[in-house]
Amino acid sequence: MKWSTIFLASLLATAAVAVEPSEMLKDPALEARAREVSKHLRCVQCQNETIDESNAEIARDMRLLVRERITAGDSNDAIMAYMTSRYGDYVRLQPRFMPVTYLLWFGPAVVLLLGAWAASRRMGRRYKEPSALSAEEQSALAAADDRQEGGRA
Amino acid sequence: MSDIPAPKVNRWPYLIPLAVVLVLAGLFGKRLLDVEQGKDPSLIPTVLENTPMPAFDLTPLPGRGDALRSEDLKGQVTLVNFWGSWCVACVAEHPMLLEIARSGVVKIQGVAWRDEPDASLAWLARHGDPFDKVGQDPRSHAAIGFGVVAAPESFVIDKQGVIRYKEPGIITREKWQATIKPLIERLKSEPLTK
Repeated sequence: MKWSTIFLASLLATAAVAVEPSEMLKDPALEARAREVSKHLRCVQCQNETIDESNAEIARDMRLLVRERITAGDSNDAIMAYMTSRYGDYVRLQPRFMPVTYLLWFGPAVVLLLGAWAASRRMGRRYKEPSALSAEEQSALAAADDRQEGGRA
Repeated sequence: MSDIPAPKVNRWPYLIPLAVVLVLAGLFGKRLLDVEQGKDPSLIPTVLENTPMPAFDLTPLPGRGDALRSEDLKGQVTLVNFWGSWCVACVAEHPMLLEIARSGVVKIQGVAWRDEPDASLAWLARHGDPFDKVGQDPRSHAAIGFGVVAAPESFVIDKQGVIRYKEPGIITREKWQATIKPLIERLKSEPLTK
């Protein structure tokens, strides 16, 4: 009973959110935009969290700056562009689509296609009718049969 | 039996896993060697070198000189240092900053990052004060503008106000002698074009 409760509770668990009530914007629409932008920005200190989730102080100040910029009328793209100009593409949690990231974007699909190609070749081969024995093979088979029968008799 | 020809099987695909393992081993090995040689893989490469420094206008510490403004730094070569009284590594870096300030090679401008003014002043009183001006950056506006991740970080700014070098950690004597000081000397001899 106890364990099943813990299990069920763990299913409900979601990523922690670090945004504190005092940080939030009064306008819910603007706050929603701030959350959206924050979920695409990587915390530069902790490296594998969004600034929305991170408790690092620099992440908090980045969240506040995002909200300041939104209040000042900047678009989401403009904020992402500013952060990228300061910290590089690293700060974007979702890599941009550009030549150096093609492998990242296409890699999995390419591997899947290669696998499908290899699998189809193998399966095609398995169900193919065996080709007829050549004259050489037939005589070798006959010789082997003879030997075996001779041995048994 | 030996006269039955063996069926022809293409064996080279069985080498693919071996090749993958070898390539990965090579990549991991290179990374390990990099770390061994002191390259920190957690450092984010800066994109700010050779770009104009961000504009800032930072309130001075109470009773300690004027505001630190980006405009005022133009026309001279400057070393900008982000620190805080909460920053343990800054204590380790501090004797070197004091030595640089004494040498007169370059003026060091301090940014008291995410700090209480009283704490900053007490820290400077205790450890010594190498800074020309100190500006407060309580909400990281300047720090984010400079792409700062963790203190201490330092930037060499040329006469045009362009960031020419970022030191992503403690300025050690080796880094100062081998890289930063020669760069500053060279930048000081560059003419001011604007």
